[in-house]
Amino acid sequence: MKAAPMNAHPSLVIGDPYEIRDTATADAMVRFEKISKTYPAYRGKPGVDALQGIDFAIARGSITGVIGRSGAGKSSLVRLINGLEKPTTGRIVVDSKDISALTGRDLRHAQRSIGMIFQHFNLLSSRTAADNIALPLEIAGWSKADIRARVTELLALVGIADKHDRYPSELSGGQKQRVGIARALATRPNVLLSDEATSALDPQTTRAILDLLANINRELGVTIVLITHEMSVVRQLAKDVVVLDAGHIVESGHVADIFTHPKNPITQSFLAEVTGDSLPVSLASRIVQEPGSHAVIRVQVRGAGAGDTLIARLARELGLDVSLLSARIDEIGGHHVGSLVLGIPLGISRGEDAAARTLAWLSQYQISAERLGYVA
Amino acid sequence: MSPELINLIIQATGETLFMVGIAAALGTVFGLPLGVFLATSRKGELFAAPAVNAALGMVVNATRSTPFIILVVAIIPFTRLIAGTSIGSTAAIVPLTIASAPFIARLVEAAIREVDGGLIETASSFGASPIQIVFKVLIPEALPGLLLALTLAVVSLLGYSAMVGAVGGGGLGDLGIRYGYQRFMPEMMLAVVVVLIALVQLVQSAGDYLARRVNRRLRHR
Repeated sequence: MKAAPMNAHPSLVIGDPYEIRDTATADAMVRFEKISKTYPAYRGKPGVDALQGIDFAIARGSITGVIGRSGAGKSSLVRLINGLEKPTTGRIVVDSKDISALTGRDLRHAQRSIGMIFQHFNLLSSRTAADNIALPLEIAGWSKADIRARVTELLALVGIADKHDRYPSELSGGQKQRVGIARALATRPNVLLSDEATSALDPQTTRAILDLLANINRELGVTIVLITHEMSVVRQLAKDVVVLDAGHIVESGHVADIFTHPKNPITQSFLAEVTGDSLPVSLASRIVQEPGSHAVIRVQVRGAGAGDTLIARLARELGLDVSLLSARIDEIGGHHVGSLVLGIPLGISRGEDAAARTLAWLSQYQISAERLGYVA
Repeated sequence: MSPELINLIIQATGETLFMVGIAAALGTVFGLPLGVFLATSRKGELFAAPAVNAALGMVVNATRSTPFIILVVAIIPFTRLIAGTSIGSTAAIVPLTIASAPFIARLVEAAIREVDGGLIETASSFGASPIQIVFKVLIPEALPGLLLALTLAVVSLLGYSAMVGAVGGGGLGDLGIRYGYQRFMPEMMLAVVVVLIALVQLVQSAGDYLARRVNRRLRHR
């Protein structure tokens, strides 16, 4: 009898090379396995290491944000998922299929279960809204009658049933993106990739489009991967977030955790964009860096009512007359996240000590806090 | 002008339309696919074949830089092989086609390259094959440009067709040279020029109209 072949991944069943039956990956819709992507030097331009050591999974049915500055590798990452680009090393498993190993007809077939929407919508100017939505169905070889029925259904789903015969030049940006979303969903994909889909839209339209994506995720169970450079987009929609910088993942996890306990400076700088404006102008203008009567400390708390007893306990245990200068509560990734700005009195006797003791006390409870400065 | 002369003009106009029409149709049959290929076969493109692209590009350039009147004379043996004769309107179609196909190919290439690369990526992302991308994305999106290219080609062919008169090709150019110049009939020369101007105007207006009709990038109802 032949011995069972030795295998580096004992849980991996070898058979159909593209079918991976591994219990650990069963709930992952997209799995990056030790990915690197290098663009070779070309015509005098040096080679670029776009991605390195990318190893993470995107859960089935989740909404995951991938955030990074331009050039961080976001676009390469999303193009690896739908097979438009191949990794230099490693592999990408999408819905139990190794998409990085597929080519030709097999790849095109697999691509039909991955939808994508774009920053500039990428609609065909020569086709009406309905015919744009029909395009992926024509490519997949659907019958005319089936296409007609599906297109009507999709136009209603994205809320523009009345724009059936309009050309893209007759639609607003938000309406164009709705057509883009309908087109991406036409072949009933399991994954929807959004490449900066709201970056060309105004804030109000952005909100409406993100709400639509949230509905689609809830009702159709489509896994959504959001590529963006805006933390506000991640905050509104995503449950999980991956922070990319210079081709590396610098931080990843639940959005609420990342918002309350950012570890990497890159993440903190992204957060500053959305939380930096949380200080009322009247307070922000009074904060100075030279010691004054009160130290100003911002505290991030998590969970409904998490901040309720904080001030009372702080006052009791440290004997300080803490004042609340500003507070706001946001819902981030389905969790309540509060941002409290406290004034810690710096009496002559207690001096600088009070602020330091407060920060030490907070860190003892793993509550993240930072000193913003002082008020006179 | 006598009725005989008017008949000559009508007959010559018919010959010109015949030569130009057939040559434009054949030129498009060869030039359109060639142009699409030239626009999509550089490194990293849809039908990437850089060596073939460069070779075809050189053939196209060589044909386009040969003066038409020299081309007509140079390929007489080939014309005789294809048309059975080297004289007359039918024979003239051969050099007209050979001159127009590379010209149309370059115009088609330029029109196809105008299509936003994002659309190719979009179609690829939902699993379109390269052939599907050509027929469902590139050609429909480039259609206004393609119609203008074809219009320009027809106008150029009207000019070329006058030259084939020099080798007995018939048509308006032939009539203008033989009657207007060699028989000292300036009114004939004038009539030929007027008919040619009218034809060019007609073709250009029709082309512009059609291109505008299919251009959905502009808002119109």
